[in-house]
Amino acid sequence: MKLLTHNMLTSNIIKGVTKGYPLKIECQQIEIVETEFNKEFLEKMIPKIDYGVLCRAADQIGHLGDLPKVLPETSDYNEEFMKELHRVLLKVEIKEGNLVCPETGRKFPVSNGIPNMLLNEEEV
Amino acid sequence: MSSGRRPEHQAPPEVFYNDDEARKYTKNTRIMEIQEQLSYRAMELLRLPEDDPCYILDVGCGSGLSGECLSENGHFWVGVDISKSMLDVAGEREVEGDLILNDIGQGLPFKPASFDGVISISAIQWLCNADKSHHNPARRLLKFFSTLYACLRRGGRVAMQFYPENSEQIQLVTTQAMKAGFTGGLVVDYPNSSKAKKMFLCLFAGGAQQELPKGLGTEESSEASAAFVAGRERTKKLRNQKVLKKSKDWIIAKKERRRRQGKEVRPDSKYTGRKRKPRF
Ligand SMILES: C[S@@+](CC[C@H](N)C(=O)[O-])C[C@H]1O[C@@H](n2cnc3c(N)ncnc32)[C@H](O)[C@@H]1O
Repeated sequence: MKLLTHNMLTSNIIKGVTKGYPLKIECQQIEIVETEFNKEFLEKMIPKIDYGVLCRAADQIGHLGDLPKVLPETSDYNEEFMKELHRVLLKVEIKEGNLVCPETGRKFPVSNGIPNMLLNEEEV
Repeated sequence: MSSGRRPEHQAPPEVFYNDDEARKYTKNTRIMEIQEQLSYRAMELLRLPEDDPCYILDVGCGSGLSGECLSENGHFWVGVDISKSMLDVAGEREVEGDLILNDIGQGLPFKPASFDGVISISAIQWLCNADKSHHNPARRLLKFFSTLYACLRRGGRVAMQFYPENSEQIQLVTTQAMKAGFTGGLVVDYPNSSKAKKMFLCLFAGGAQQELPKGLGTEESSEASAAFVAGRERTKKLRNQKVLKKSKDWIIAKKERRRRQGKEVRPDSKYTGRKRKPRF
């Protein structure tokens, strides 16, 4: 699972959970994968992502690198920033670990890069 | 579908789509071709902008066949599916989208306005069945559609091909979609051909009023079969707009993409994309 996906995921499908965002990450294994750099896509995604959540998630798993903690002005989206954003959003993969609901503590295991978001009957 | 029982009547999806069934989605070229054709048509119905990469949700993504069509057209995607076996196959095939194990009847776990569009191929008819004693299809469908509506950006579109069993199911599915706030409706391709007939639920999430696309082969034509042949040619043309799959150019382009992603790729040679002689 990429951090872009983590930025979109919530646990608000659990009964009684209102926001369920952001999910905490307990990380056991990370992999860096190569993905195509696509500037248009990144620019389009910036308004959609929660930048603060992205930085905290990256920092927490030790892969923030040179990504600035505050989103630069649009005019300052230089090549270096875009490359870092690409790396953090699309290259850092969580392979093994857990995603934790911030409201209930419910853990969703991630195995082989696939988060298991299935709920039990009582949680629906 | 006509021969034998419908898969939905045999077992719950997470049981039916086991390792054996999942294999078929990489080995059976006929299945793969049909799913791919449906994916191209759904993509066409979504009317995604040509050179503008979008972020798409694939509902019931299975082994990632529809996702690959999205990738080929430059889009990024996330796939959800209830079958671990299907997702494992998608993982093995190194699809470009991220995969999530999720029962769509329990709701989609995404924050509001995440996606630009939604695609689904041969999956949502499964929601019409109660696989567990506590399952209520109407409720599960509503949960699915209301969470789908929320995670789609305003004005975003949905194109879902499905296999309803009867008109009650069509009614139920569309009613629940409208209750969740969607507009739109059913697009039927080749309604006069029992073989080629395909149904797509095309939905819009708010925004400006949008017109429902027309089904294929629906002209007031006395020769339904003629329309059908024309339609097959059309699908071929749609696929060929990029490059013919499995052609030398296609393989080289795919290798190039993989190289750019830093994946290991065999060097091109004079044998690349050549037809192999049958071996015994
Ligand atoms: C016929 S397969 C199609 C797979 C893929 N869309 C394709 O075209 O190759 C139907 C898929 O729907 C999935 N499915 C069925 N019910 C589901 C549910 N409640 N939640 C998520 N996925 C479901 C199945 O696991 C299966 O992978």
